[in-house]
Amino acid sequence: MIETFDLSKQYNNDFWAVDGVTLNVQPGQILALLGQNGAGKTTTVRMLTSLLSPTRGWAQVGGYDVVKQPQDVRANVGVLTEQHGLYMRMTGDEYLEYFGKVYGLDAVTRARQSSYLLEYFGLAEAAHRRSGEYSKGMKQKLALARALIHDPSVLLLDEPTSAMDPESAQLVRNEISRLKSSRRTIIICTHNLAEAEALADQIAIIYRGKILLNGTLEELKRAVLGPVEYEAKFAYAFDAGELDLPPGVILADRSATSLRFRVEAPHEANPRLMNALTARQAPLVSFHEVPKKLEHVYLKTMADAQGVSYAA
Amino acid sequence: MQRKKWEGVWLVARREFQDQFRDWRIVIPMLLMVSIFPFVADNTTRQAVNFMNRFGGDLILDRLIPFAILVIGFFPLSFTLLVALEAFVGEKERGTIEPLLSSPLEDSHMYLGKLLVGVATPLLFSYGSIALYLLLLMRRPVEFPSAYMMALILLLTFAHAVLMVSAAIVISVQATTIRAANLMASFVVVPVAFLLQGETLLIFWGNEDVLFLAVLGLTILSGLLIRLGLAHFKREYLLGREIDTLNVKSLWGTFLNHVSGNAHSIVEWYRTEIPATLSHLRQPLLIVMGIAIITIVSSYLWVVNTVPQFIEITPNRVQEIQGYVSQNIGNLDILDESVPAPWIFISNVRAMVGFLFAGLISFSTLGLTLFIVNMALIGGVLGGASLINFSPLAVFSVAILPHGLFELTAVFLATAAVLRAGAVLVTPQPDKSLGEVFLLSLADWFRVFVGLVVPLLAIASVIEVYVTPQLIKLAFPYL
Repeated sequence: MIETFDLSKQYNNDFWAVDGVTLNVQPGQILALLGQNGAGKTTTVRMLTSLLSPTRGWAQVGGYDVVKQPQDVRANVGVLTEQHGLYMRMTGDEYLEYFGKVYGLDAVTRARQSSYLLEYFGLAEAAHRRSGEYSKGMKQKLALARALIHDPSVLLLDEPTSAMDPESAQLVRNEISRLKSSRRTIIICTHNLAEAEALADQIAIIYRGKILLNGTLEELKRAVLGPVEYEAKFAYAFDAGELDLPPGVILADRSATSLRFRVEAPHEANPRLMNALTARQAPLVSFHEVPKKLEHVYLKTMADAQGVSYAA
Repeated sequence: MQRKKWEGVWLVARREFQDQFRDWRIVIPMLLMVSIFPFVADNTTRQAVNFMNRFGGDLILDRLIPFAILVIGFFPLSFTLLVALEAFVGEKERGTIEPLLSSPLEDSHMYLGKLLVGVATPLLFSYGSIALYLLLLMRRPVEFPSAYMMALILLLTFAHAVLMVSAAIVISVQATTIRAANLMASFVVVPVAFLLQGETLLIFWGNEDVLFLAVLGLTILSGLLIRLGLAHFKREYLLGREIDTLNVKSLWGTFLNHVSGNAHSIVEWYRTEIPATLSHLRQPLLIVMGIAIITIVSSYLWVVNTVPQFIEITPNRVQEIQGYVSQNIGNLDILDESVPAPWIFISNVRAMVGFLFAGLISFSTLGLTLFIVNMALIGGVLGGASLINFSPLAVFSVAILPHGLFELTAVFLATAAVLRAGAVLVTPQPDKSLGEVFLLSLADWFRVFVGLVVPLLAIASVIEVYVTPQLIKLAFPYL
């Protein structure tokens, strides 16, 4: 698991790159860390890999303290860095073999892990080619294979699918999901909100070193965009007049052919709302939840943080 | 555990070896250099043989070949230095450093691995080049250097390689760009080139045995450089810094803050800060005093026992010297005209600053060497006095102790401060960069220098000019 409290990093005695980050990611969970460039995502990840020492606060990764047990932390973490960091004159299999040795794997495990990962990521045929000759996506896949070579219990992935074609990106997402189901603790730093939405159990939005929001997608949506909205669409123009709305339901918007309701507790309120509409003989075509995406949550949060208005 | 450590070192080194030998930009120039220079040197040897044979300069010829071997060994070292210079900063620029730093490899694995490959590659080329030259030399009618001389030259080449590479790797860890590291290469190449000239002098005109001292000196210095590099190797600094900015104002502020400490007045500074600094100097001060006593006694005994082997000291000769001293003792009255107190003061201050600079570039060793030379002079003077039947203890009490009480105290304090600065530089400081440690060491030295050494030297110079001569005159009949 990953646990941090008030984790902070100050540079040059004046600039706080990370300021009071508190996180708790349990085994089998994925946390997506979202934020602009320079928001503090990479600094956070570097503190979690014991590469940077926190100025304030503490962090435990895989049960090890990042300050007191840096070697244990590094041995148990797989890191995909911002830059792929490949040695261009090494072939794919040499590269994995090298990092297998670096992580202290025996020859049999190295060979097994290396051939599995090369096969899985579709690099088996290119395994004997120098990585300098690989495409961007292949390089990214090899870097990810390096992060997984020692089968770590914690994964810190910075932009895992950047530069990949859609098929490769899907492959990587599948692998991340597989790792999650095998109770790995995973943090993904990404700008790809759809990916975060698809993979993450928890989402944290970081801005200027501070965590603005942290929770499940539903919690975030509710906190930022308010209660869930439902839309009733009519077959033709219909005047609903003054509706007797159940408690916790507000009429948010109306047009000739639709009504939009903000509902606090859909399980209790929606059946009553439907009854109210049918009692008025409303020509209902559909009644559905208005989709709210993580993108809206993120953009609204950023707009609020910067003090500008957000138009969905 | 030890075996595991070396496995890590070898792992890093082997990858670097592979990488270097797959890079034609390194291999081809090196092969050219290794193969061309021996032929050039061989041709020079041939010309020199012809020339010397015409004029009978056999001695120079004998010395020319060891010199040529030394130079041939040096060329590949200077070129491959660039590889060592980019050992860490190059990986940083290529973005390959972070996966390595995120791995469980220890700092020493990475540092020593890169050091090993940094030393081994140039040495391989150096020794290859030397071997080729020796093969070519077999065709010439010249005498080969003795096995002893060859061993010395190969050891010197090795010591040069370790020294240059260990310095280059310190630069590589501290630099933020390859460009900055390459610009700093001259700080390594130029001093070693001077060193090579000194060694050449030893080969041509000196005693071969003295070359051993050069090997020893270089080995000590390299060991200290490696220690410095390891002590200040921080993963954080390799990732954290992107731009080199020299903030003179901030540096000056840090320096002044450290010099003044928490004191608000001079009196408070002397009452709180100086005792605090002195408490840090206790151990180095004891070491310096121990070295001084050993050096003075050794030098005294050496002069007393060795000088009579070279100079015959008969009673007549002793009388002659004593008479000369007696005739000229009156000159002490006008000492302040020929050697004024301010001159003594300034030259002593200059010497102390010299100790500092020599110490800073050599982790105290050169500063300490200068101190030892000065202490040896005292022992030598006392030994000389003893040889002409003066009581060394009386001479010390009358001619040295009155001003020496202040001057020697100042010298001890200044040397102890230099010794501490060198020790601090090679000691790990978890929260400070090498630059900060250097600046704070300098500030510590400056505190001692301004607060104690300068006033003590001022007092000593006045006593030396106005009091000591009178005491000598008074005590002379009883010496």
